[in-house]
Amino acid sequence: MKLGSIIPAPLRKPAKPGESDAGKGAAPADLKISPPERPSDAQRLGERATEAPADVLAWVDQRTAASGLLTGMLYRKVPKGTNWFYTLGSATLFAFIVQTVTGVFLAMFYTPSATQAYASITHINNDVFLGQFVHGMHKWGSSVMVILIFLHMARTFFFGAYKYPRELNWVIGVVLLILTMTMAFTGYLLPFDQRSFWASVVGININGTGPVVGPYLSDFLRAGPEFGATTLARFYAVHMLLIPGAIIALIGAHLYLVAKLGTTAPPWLRGERPKVAAPVSQLDAGVEGDGAPPAR
Amino acid sequence: MKPADKQAYLEEYELLKKKGKPFFPYAVLKDSAMALIVVAVIVAMSIVLGAEQGPKADPTTTSYVPRPEWYFFFLFELLRVIKPPELVPLATVGIPTICMALLLLLPFYDRRPERRPGRRPIATTAGLLTIVAIAYLTYLGATGGSPTEIEMEVAPRYEAGKEVVVGTGCLACHKLGENGNDGPGTELTHIAQLIPRASILRSVEIGPGIMPSFRDLPPKKLNELADFLASLD
Repeated sequence: MKLGSIIPAPLRKPAKPGESDAGKGAAPADLKISPPERPSDAQRLGERATEAPADVLAWVDQRTAASGLLTGMLYRKVPKGTNWFYTLGSATLFAFIVQTVTGVFLAMFYTPSATQAYASITHINNDVFLGQFVHGMHKWGSSVMVILIFLHMARTFFFGAYKYPRELNWVIGVVLLILTMTMAFTGYLLPFDQRSFWASVVGININGTGPVVGPYLSDFLRAGPEFGATTLARFYAVHMLLIPGAIIALIGAHLYLVAKLGTTAPPWLRGERPKVAAPVSQLDAGVEGDGAPPAR
Repeated sequence: MKPADKQAYLEEYELLKKKGKPFFPYAVLKDSAMALIVVAVIVAMSIVLGAEQGPKADPTTTSYVPRPEWYFFFLFELLRVIKPPELVPLATVGIPTICMALLLLLPFYDRRPERRPGRRPIATTAGLLTIVAIAYLTYLGATGGSPTEIEMEVAPRYEAGKEVVVGTGCLACHKLGENGNDGPGTELTHIAQLIPRASILRSVEIGPGIMPSFRDLPPKKLNELADFLASLD
């Protein structure tokens, strides 16, 4: 079976003007010559069933007009030379998805209170089905995500991919990097063992030495002048509501710009210009000239 | 970048795009393979390395290592590289903030059209040096341990205070004789020459600057600690 036939019709690759489906699929002309036998009820039901996904998609599409957008995204061309370096961004996104899913499961069992947090982690590790496994995935997934986001940034930097017209996407990416590091910082306290507790105390103190906003930032993080009972709840809220929300929104913007502007080609590649045709710049001038004759 | 350069880039990009392949299924296939690798690595790390708990957080003690997650080592190590107290804010906030601003604004000061790494010597060198610096600082952070004993002969009446210093993890940030990490904290070997006992005690209780406060230590331990440190001249 061809790959194309699995995909429901509204999401198939749109045919180019020259290569329509005529002759490939069911040709209406055949129907006129010899009408097929009336299909049995079972056959009709089978046909209905196979068409159902396409019908549902068509129904949605009529109301959203999303299929054009989707096919445009799916079948847009990525430039020549796109290689494995270009998977680092989507790999970072995937690590984030792993963090989201494992984080949701951890949140079902975690208690963000200074007196119970430690015990709830013990409970997750020892009693909950696959608890330590999911906890471990979340813990190490953060390292993997940080590594991947730095690699993705290094690729973008060395390939000069942040230059025109993708400057804004670089800025969004740097903000995402900072937010990811903030996630790592706020998440580190949550297990509430000695190491995470004291590292957070020092970390907040480091923030406090900053000029002007430093002390306020520290007070905000601690929920007061002292590292107290509410500090953990505050870190928890920031870690699982505030920053993830911002990250998801910015990933949306990041991906929108990637789809709109396209991914870059490796910087050492040069496009081959068509040999016979006039340079593109002249073609453009010609198109403009068609509209209105130049005024004299 | 001049308008002509922008136009030239867009034309060049169109040409390369025409030669390219559709995102689906070609790029999607690579991305999916990479996603599988990512999950496999995370699962393997979780199974092999696990998620063991350390001892429960306790503000009143002792024997802890205030170490951040490894990917913050390079920031933490800046504090050890930059020693003088008056420069500490530079290390804690100044340099990271400047680096963040430089990173964020990169496309606005690097406006030349050239993209090949070999023809952007300044950018490529700066990038490589940054990677080397971060790797080196991370290595320093990973190898700098927290000694758990003090090899120093002291009078018997100061032994108790010495134990408190060891047990409270002071050596994670302070050098004392041959032991401890030289930074971010002040060297304690001759601390009594710098400040009197009352100031030592107050520093331990307040936690000036980035130092944590140890006010939750029992008063007896605090006094033993201050006696010991005040004897170091």
